[in-house]
Amino acid sequence: MLVLEQPSLGAPREVLRQFCHGDLGAFEALFRQHQGSVYGWIVRIVRDPAAAEDLTIETFWRIHRAHARFDPERSFEAWARRIATNAALDHLRTARHDTELPDDLASPPAPDHDISDDLRRKTARAFQRLPPKLRVAATLALIEEQPYREIAEALGISIGAVKLRVFRALRLLRKELKRQGIES
Amino acid sequence: MNEQEQTRIERLIKRSIPPVGEQSGAELQRDLWPAMLKRLDGDAHPAAMPWFDWALLAAVAAWLAFFPGAIPVLFYHL
Repeated sequence: MLVLEQPSLGAPREVLRQFCHGDLGAFEALFRQHQGSVYGWIVRIVRDPAAAEDLTIETFWRIHRAHARFDPERSFEAWARRIATNAALDHLRTARHDTELPDDLASPPAPDHDISDDLRRKTARAFQRLPPKLRVAATLALIEEQPYREIAEALGISIGAVKLRVFRALRLLRKELKRQGIES
Repeated sequence: MNEQEQTRIERLIKRSIPPVGEQSGAELQRDLWPAMLKRLDGDAHPAAMPWFDWALLAAVAAWLAFFPGAIPVLFYHL
């Protein structure tokens, strides 16, 4: 785990207030405090450490540009996560659908003899081809098992809408697997 | 899609795609602040205007200087 030093800028509320006024020191303090959690959230969505690093920079660049719009009374982490989710979604929209998952994130944690490697590969590929909005909701809810409330907050939609996206993702996936002659 | 099918697909996804939390690369391995500073620096000093943009600007300025009657035409087309 990366341990990062933080410039002393007083209480968090004061740091947030200074950040709102465009103070670079306050921005650095917030960056150092939150870069790990923002990266962790993004890598769960894009599943590619290199892309997640770039998107963390992109997220904080967007945060820096929007500093005047931030309300210091609200949670910085939730705001950052929302911006990070949008940046990750933009990335998924432009990335190729059929790109393979990176090796270090694609291999299963332990051999599972119930399903074949071929079925696992086909399922992962079909999942990659889901529309980004549905894929993000399904990834966070089903694979990463994040609470629906947090997913809804990050996507800026209701919990019901998240559940609907997950359901639509499952329905599309079943349809695609059936098309390939796979009965789950 | 009934509940049973839904559960089956969910199980298949979980078995096919492991959570990132269990993999290497799930945690940030380096400080990204130097890269962030570079990005901010690039933002503060945007790339210089290409030479052909300057040439185009000069051509338009010369055209307007020699043919002032063209100014309303230019505004009309903007």
